[in-house]
Amino acid sequence: MAELVCMTVFESDPEERAVLENVAAMLEEFEKQRGNLIPILQAIQDKHSYLCGGAMEMVANHLDVALGEVYGVATFYNQFRFHPPGRHQIKVCLGTACHVAGGDIILENFERKLGIKDGETTPDREYSVERVACVGCCALAPVAVINDTVEGHIKPSRVEGIFVQFQVEREREEREEAERESSE
Amino acid sequence: MPNNYPQVLFQNRKPDRITTLEEYQQSGGYRALADVLRNYSYKDVQEALVEAILLGRGGAAFPAGRKLMTIADDAPFPRYVVCNADEMEPGTFKDRVLIHADPHMIIEGMIIDGYGAKAEKGVIFIRPEYESAAKILEREIKIAKEAGFLGKNIMGTDYSLDIVVHRSAGRYICGEVTAQLNALMGRRPNPKQPPPYPTEKGLWDRPTVLQNVETLANIPHIIRNGPEWYKSLAKTETGAGTKIFCVSGRVNKPGCVELPIGVRLSEIIELHAGGMPAGSEYKACLPGGASTRYLSKEFYDIEMDFEPLRQVGHRLGTGAIMVFDHKTCLVGATLNLTEFFARESCGWCTPCREGLPYIRDLLARLEAGDGREELIPMLQQMSKHLWSSYCAFAPGAVSPVESLITYFEDEVRDHISQKQCPFK
Repeated sequence: MAELVCMTVFESDPEERAVLENVAAMLEEFEKQRGNLIPILQAIQDKHSYLCGGAMEMVANHLDVALGEVYGVATFYNQFRFHPPGRHQIKVCLGTACHVAGGDIILENFERKLGIKDGETTPDREYSVERVACVGCCALAPVAVINDTVEGHIKPSRVEGIFVQFQVEREREEREEAERESSE
Repeated sequence: MPNNYPQVLFQNRKPDRITTLEEYQQSGGYRALADVLRNYSYKDVQEALVEAILLGRGGAAFPAGRKLMTIADDAPFPRYVVCNADEMEPGTFKDRVLIHADPHMIIEGMIIDGYGAKAEKGVIFIRPEYESAAKILEREIKIAKEAGFLGKNIMGTDYSLDIVVHRSAGRYICGEVTAQLNALMGRRPNPKQPPPYPTEKGLWDRPTVLQNVETLANIPHIIRNGPEWYKSLAKTETGAGTKIFCVSGRVNKPGCVELPIGVRLSEIIELHAGGMPAGSEYKACLPGGASTRYLSKEFYDIEMDFEPLRQVGHRLGTGAIMVFDHKTCLVGATLNLTEFFARESCGWCTPCREGLPYIRDLLARLEAGDGREELIPMLQQMSKHLWSSYCAFAPGAVSPVESLITYFEDEVRDHISQKQCPFK
């Protein structure tokens, strides 16, 4: 197993500690090739939804490249996040077709509804909102991507509907959870 | 009016699902590959593509056959063929549609292109937002391999090629050739200024030929039906083949249509995109994505082909037509485009890194009603600086800004004299 060599590990909270232990196991599956840097970072983020500092230190050690280089690559690409995102990720497209169709109004609706700004996560980690450049669905403008599902021709009234849907979903989950517990 | 033009790339397109290998073969698929492997030398492939005047469909319009020819005969191995599916040009969504319509057409085109380069490794570079397309390609590559069209000794010949799908981590600049190669090698995708060209020293310093998805999809048809047929598809003398146009913005039926090269802009908007909504009047469009120049009303009838557009100082780009009506503020739209470019600039060369935020701020002041007369020459001067950057990103990024001032200076001046955006 790759060693947990970085200092951050020992200072970190239990959540990060668990992440790093898993990352150590994941690194075993990648050959020590420079070309693997981006696929490794993608695999880590896929699993843990963001890249923590300790994880990047471990990747740097594994591939034997400078930590600055790993940060340089990771911070350059749009895909990588360095803070935990919300359980539900809301991406509002502000490409030009969406801009012309009022995408900024949609973004504002999400921001106001959740009380957070573009790029932030709600304190309960349920939702995060970000603006993205063209997602290649211009015929459906304006567009928002909710948890990888494209919502086309989105209207401010639909924003409300999306949250109602999440609410219903959460209540069902809670109900099922309660039923499971009571039957045990 | 239904689209009565011959459908080449979209011949198997269905409203609800992708074309299977079987269906693709029934429509003549993989016959071109069989023919090439048996009867063509790699040079014959190059010549066929040159003769057909196949120009790159990703925006730069570089002749695909000439690109193959720049690989020296004695160039080292392994050589690579890369399919650029990093479609991030705002307004462009043709590659997404094409992959979802007929993935094997792209795979076959890539194999033939690889044969023309004597490549043994293929990579499809795809943006993270296109995860569904990446999954489709991975699945269909596997199917093609099982059918003997990929892998070792393709169709019993001694040509071998493997294709893998590489998911980008997402950045607009990755669409640029040299940047994309850096990204594939796990680096920051800074563009490099050629020479050496990627066909000489590309991936891991080996010859690498990179083509757009749509360009590759054209190749099997050129081989199967011949260059003369391909040229006859176009409506103009200078053009060849068809083009997928993505129409968005102020039209009734936005979407993706395959039309002959050289079809008139007015026809695309009025017939194939359902016209503009009632009460909307054509003001301008971006003819080929965000990094092309606004086409004002005087060009409303222009033939949508590389050459006629070039002659009037414009570019066809990716063929993504974004239509703006008389109620849309073009200063605001240009500001939106420039915000995108300022954010996506890789920061490697100074004019682009410093110039784009500067231009963005000038446009933001104009849009907010804080403009002054002297901002116009400042915009022009700053745009000119961008032309000295390394890659084509920067000149593309200022195309909307420059054409805004060329064609819509009055609108910019209205923002200044009225001390506010006249459209708000």
